[in-house]
Amino acid sequence: MRPVGLVRGAWLVLKKDWQLEWRTRARLTATVFFSLSTLLLFSFAMGPGIDVLRAHAPGYLWLGILFASILSLGESFRVEAENQSLTGLLLAPVDARSIFLGKVLGNATLLFALGLLLLPVTVALYDVDLTRNPGLLLLALGLGCLGIAAPGTVYSAMSSNARARDVMLPLLLFPVLVPMLLAAVSATKFALMKDVQEQLPSWLKLLTAFDLIYLSVGFLVFPRVVEDD
Amino acid sequence: MSDTPAIELKDVSKRFGPRWAVSRLSFTLAEGRSLLLTGHNGSGKTTLLRMIATATFPTLGEIALFGHETRRNRAELRPKVALLSHANFLYEDLTAAQNLSLAAQLLGAQAPAAKVKELLERVGLGARAHNPVRQFSAGMRKRVSIARLLLKAPRLALLDEPFGELDPSGITQMEGLVRELQAQGATVVLATHLIEQGKALTQERLHLEQGRKERTA
Amino acid sequence: MPFWSPLALLAVALGLVITHFAVPTTRAWMWKASAVVGLGALALLLYLGLIWAPPEAFMSDVGRILYVHVPFVWMCMIAFTLNVGCAIAYLMKKSWRTDALAESTAEIGVMFGAGGVLMGSIWARPTWGVWWDWDPRLISTAVMLLSYVGYLAFRSFTEDPERRATWSAAASILGYVSLPIVWFSVRWWNSLHQVQSTSQSLDSQMRIVMWWGTVTMLFFLFAFVVKRYEIARSRQSSALEAPPEAPRQEVAA
Repeated sequence: MRPVGLVRGAWLVLKKDWQLEWRTRARLTATVFFSLSTLLLFSFAMGPGIDVLRAHAPGYLWLGILFASILSLGESFRVEAENQSLTGLLLAPVDARSIFLGKVLGNATLLFALGLLLLPVTVALYDVDLTRNPGLLLLALGLGCLGIAAPGTVYSAMSSNARARDVMLPLLLFPVLVPMLLAAVSATKFALMKDVQEQLPSWLKLLTAFDLIYLSVGFLVFPRVVEDD
Repeated sequence: MSDTPAIELKDVSKRFGPRWAVSRLSFTLAEGRSLLLTGHNGSGKTTLLRMIATATFPTLGEIALFGHETRRNRAELRPKVALLSHANFLYEDLTAAQNLSLAAQLLGAQAPAAKVKELLERVGLGARAHNPVRQFSAGMRKRVSIARLLLKAPRLALLDEPFGELDPSGITQMEGLVRELQAQGATVVLATHLIEQGKALTQERLHLEQGRKERTA
Repeated sequence: MPFWSPLALLAVALGLVITHFAVPTTRAWMWKASAVVGLGALALLLYLGLIWAPPEAFMSDVGRILYVHVPFVWMCMIAFTLNVGCAIAYLMKKSWRTDALAESTAEIGVMFGAGGVLMGSIWARPTWGVWWDWDPRLISTAVMLLSYVGYLAFRSFTEDPERRATWSAAASILGYVSLPIVWFSVRWWNSLHQVQSTSQSLDSQMRIVMWWGTVTMLFFLFAFVVKRYEIARSRQSSALEAPPEAPRQEVAA
């Protein structure tokens, strides 16, 4: 028997995360309803004017995803901490960097699926037009979710072991996500609405750069975070 | 058997939080020999086993397994070492079979499904293979962990309280397992409060008191 | 101001800190001397800033707050840069000293940053008519501050000292990396919506005062960082048990 390589290890960790999500889908459903109710609350907070709501729909969508990500990222490492499974994975053995890649992709796919569910809801609540540029809209959604997951995975691995972990994760994560949020909201906006100045490609590039930077930094730093040196 | 010892501790200390859990411990264990590790609760047994298993590393001093220092060579050493501990490393929401099949695939096993089925039968969990671990009793979880240890077929097996939580038939089975590992040439470290059972299974003994070596026999 | 001036300031700060650690004979007196010189420099700064320099053309006397505000923000950035340096150094080679210095620089940085943002806000009210504006400089500083407040909170909520040191180093790196991206994205986002004019027409007299303020704060930065470092070190040594002594002589079997 030969232990697995980097990519195969990441794939097995990812598959395991999917299995876990599927077996605990009741919790998944709860997360979905949580973000649905945030979207609903935004429309109450902003009043019934549909023009205002439509104009700000991308912002609400991303805030809904962002708030839900705190729950799902926290959960992602709570299951690893329960029986010290994370240590178990390291000893199994899996390269810590594989765990990082697998966990990031697992968290990103979860958020992406959530985003896909929320898109039709934004049509119902805010009357947006999804058909204008659906391909780039999905790309923006995917890149944005990856952008939350990459730093989020590192922070969640740390904060799951700290006291007051429910407060720690957003406190650490939100400042870092400011550029990602700006870029994702702008990209979504220009994919949904008229893009006079052709700004969409530049925001997508910024999102991609953000993802690449945090994937590489996380890839380097994550082993030091989870290995008990 | 080669001359390099299976375990070599050189003046090892480990700080756990602000305290020293293990203090300036040195010993060697030849390959194929077995060690009984005793000591009261909090004497540093678990920390010591976790260090040998490369789950954590010494604050001061060095540990070498089969002649390789653990911190630098963890990737090569981990496939050869298995730890059975209180923390069972299981995912509560996955089934016993899914947990084991993950471990098997990570080890790069051929035909993992068949192997997992066979091992679960062996530890007496064949009928519960597809139930989530969350529904299992402590003893059943231990059996799943034992199956995972067998799957790895380690050269060095570290057993932290292996008899705890097991029923009498389980204890007999566990003893059989230790003898089987020894017959395959594995080095075994056994930490237990059941000193008589432990003595019958091992050749050497290390007693820890507040993280220090108290006596060897 | 020329583009290299922040780098030059960073180099001076780094030089002071390195001298402090590398040359044992300077350790006892240099930071105290720095604090005393800083006090003297502050007195001169008060004179220069309040009396000697003419009122700013557009902002009149309110503009004088810039002589302290700008140096504060610069010190904050220097402190955070030192902090991330410590973080990288800690991840490469574990040392309680780098961890203590990281704690010290983060806290002093937050202090300078909070002061800077507060004064910026006071300056913005009469100048722009609002306490807060979506100016990239302002947002980047606020985000930077928030990210290091999170860092300090995280430190105090993590009990195990070794894990705290490693994890906060990781948090520092992740937070610092975001700063240029924040700056870039906010500027871009903002320029596409509204153009904020922040005319910096400083005449030579004002430039001198600004520089003098920066030098003054640099003395204080060094003194504060060293003092806070010593507090961190003494906390470490009281929290951590001393390394164990050699084992008792064994009775030969």
